[in-house]
Amino acid sequence: MFTFCTDPASLPDWQWMACYLTTGKHMSLYWSVGTVLLLLAITAPTALLFGFGGASAARAGFAPLRWFGKTYIAIVRGVPDIAFFLFFVIALDQMFEYIRHRILCPDWTEAVRQGNDFVVCAAAKLPLGNAPQWVHEVYGFATAVLTFAIVFGAFAANVLYGAMRAVPSAQLETAAAYGMNQRQTFWRILVPQMWVYALPGLSNLWMVLIKATPLLFLLGVEDIVYWARELGGSKTPRFTDYPHGDWRMWYFLALLVFYLAFTKLSEVVLDRLMARLTHGQATAAGEAQRKAA
Amino acid sequence: MKKLIISTAALALMAGMAMADGHSTVRLGTEGAYPPYNFLNDAGEVDGFERELGDELCARAELSCEWVTNEWDSIIPNLVSGNYDAIIAGMSITAERDEVIDFTDPYTQPDPSAYLAMSDSVDLDGGVIAAQSGTIQAGHVAQMGATLVEFATPEETVAAVKAGEADAVLADKSFLMPIAEAEAELMIVGEDVLLGGGIGMGVRESDNELRDKMSAAIQSMKDDGSLNALITKWLPDSATF
Amino acid sequence: MSCAQTIMDYGLRSVGIGERLLPRADFTLCQQFTLIGSGMLWNIYFGVIALAAGFFFATALAVGKASPNPLIRKPSEWFIFIFRGSPLFIQFFFGYFCFLSLKQVSPIFDPLSAAWAGALVVLFFNTSAYSAEIFYGALQSIPKGDTEAADAYGMSGWPRFKRIIWPTMLRLAWPAYTNEAIFLFHSTTLVFFSGFPAWQQRGDALYYANYFADKTFNPFVPYPILAMYFILLTLVIIGIFGIINKKLNRHLPQTARPKMKLMPQIIR
Repeated sequence: MFTFCTDPASLPDWQWMACYLTTGKHMSLYWSVGTVLLLLAITAPTALLFGFGGASAARAGFAPLRWFGKTYIAIVRGVPDIAFFLFFVIALDQMFEYIRHRILCPDWTEAVRQGNDFVVCAAAKLPLGNAPQWVHEVYGFATAVLTFAIVFGAFAANVLYGAMRAVPSAQLETAAAYGMNQRQTFWRILVPQMWVYALPGLSNLWMVLIKATPLLFLLGVEDIVYWARELGGSKTPRFTDYPHGDWRMWYFLALLVFYLAFTKLSEVVLDRLMARLTHGQATAAGEAQRKAA
Repeated sequence: MKKLIISTAALALMAGMAMADGHSTVRLGTEGAYPPYNFLNDAGEVDGFERELGDELCARAELSCEWVTNEWDSIIPNLVSGNYDAIIAGMSITAERDEVIDFTDPYTQPDPSAYLAMSDSVDLDGGVIAAQSGTIQAGHVAQMGATLVEFATPEETVAAVKAGEADAVLADKSFLMPIAEAEAELMIVGEDVLLGGGIGMGVRESDNELRDKMSAAIQSMKDDGSLNALITKWLPDSATF
Repeated sequence: MSCAQTIMDYGLRSVGIGERLLPRADFTLCQQFTLIGSGMLWNIYFGVIALAAGFFFATALAVGKASPNPLIRKPSEWFIFIFRGSPLFIQFFFGYFCFLSLKQVSPIFDPLSAAWAGALVVLFFNTSAYSAEIFYGALQSIPKGDTEAADAYGMSGWPRFKRIIWPTMLRLAWPAYTNEAIFLFHSTTLVFFSGFPAWQQRGDALYYANYFADKTFNPFVPYPILAMYFILLTLVIIGIFGIINKKLNRHLPQTARPKMKLMPQIIR
């Protein structure tokens, strides 16, 4: 990075540190912070979407759909997320490839499962065998997002389901009295009002989501924990220009500070959002706001 | 997201031919945490004995290769499900692994495993021995009756010995030697243990074509002595062919 | 080998009773069910003890956080913030690290570097912080009438807390606390996965699931077995907490009793 970095062993401390902290490996660590933030930014709305679908399904009039929604919520919530992560990504990947295989290679005669191997035709591979590396990375990232969204979607569904039931039934009855049909009641009355009831649960979920990101490396995404472990481990002079002892503690301390700061920031933002959403609502907090004004 | 991958010299001429067998690009999976076999250098790229070997093998087999890093725990499941095409991660050839995947010819002699400890008076038969979980060394310690304590990464096994949690760590000798040299309080103790049948490249059982190509490339490196040169450079304590 | 024999040999393997060596070849479904089930003993051990001990500490923390005295309030707030604001994964790492250094100070701390004590302490702190936040929320929403009535009866100090505030707090917090319990049991799977080493191949359910996935190279059998065990465990927790919920609300008229909602607002 800096011009004086050619011979790190002879540098004074601060210059050594400056060089050390700007090695290619450290750059990867800084990049991975961006990866984690990007993942959070994409996963949160996706999980909310899954949650909305799950909650709507769980209160659907059509019984099989209702069962599906409730089973989805119950199963995913009953299993530790880590167990899910350990096999779900591979399962998801194989499922996609299998579906593509059936569509793209109808005249393929060999078995897809050959012993332990999972073999699909070359055209069905995801990403294609000759795709450039960045496509593989984007695909790996996308499956990680999808896995996170499925797991956290179940939790979001749970929260939204509760919120939908918390909207006072008088509101829905009034809507019916005004001649709205079920669909109109759902979209015009229920959905706009449920958010204030859902927000405490959703903000809690957001906090959980933040704290689940150290498990990203299980999904094949090289996240901050991966790099902290890799960089912190002691290094012998033979394989690096920057030998050092076991520094994992310092790297993990940095991670700790990162997570605490991020949590604090989220708390502040969510509190403000809550104050805005409460405005004009028929809840205790809304009442308090009205009186204070 | 920044998976560390570096395409090797673009063998663009060969691309057409390679496409025919479905291996336009061969993806090599490694752990990246096991020096001197494979590790990430300061620039964050895969480096080490297997990096040099892999690049050379790909050149000889006229394939274009890419490097991918993957956790040791899931390195075989990801191979069989097709996320990369070969494992080149210091993986010893064992009967149980051979049932699930295929190995090329070994590219090292059976590499001795050794014990690393703080003093040479430790009890290797009845003491506490650390090993990385899922390695042949962990299996060996469990079988021989010493108290096995398992860690997820090789780094932690050595840290455990330094912290006094374990009396010794059992691992590949080539991994332990540089550590023993760099740190005064650590030393290689006891006799070497011979485990496994040398290190080979792991490929899917259905992928005979890649296996044969790689085996041929390894053979050609053995024949002209370039493999021995690499072994001497990176693994000075290992036997050559 | 018959399945009954396998259960005899490996049913208590996770606590060191039975066959010394784990199965090494020809893995059967029975072996996987038995060993992963055996590992569940550890998950239950960690979960039950951390939850039971954490319950009391959490009550103290919640009262501390609601205290007007900043000398009590600030430490409680920080404790809750640090343990709720950081990933358990990192807490385990630091826990193990600290316990190793404590060990150098005095042999009293020896057990802490082993999972059975060390991980338990980390989980205890963790669940205390989460439960304390739930209890604190409940304390804030205790109906004013309840405390006014207590004052009117001349209750104060400890009797007032024990007989009025605490039961009401529990009633209000119970659904969310049920969720916390479920999550705590789920997080016990992290113990051997990060931070604490497994001794003599005695580990929790995830450890054995990982072992089989590693040996059979097939993740699609052991992990779903693990998932099934955890779904069962979750159902049992919901059942037990439901019974307690009924007890807590037994004085209320039938119609006013809040149904044990399994869809609470506050999840971990």
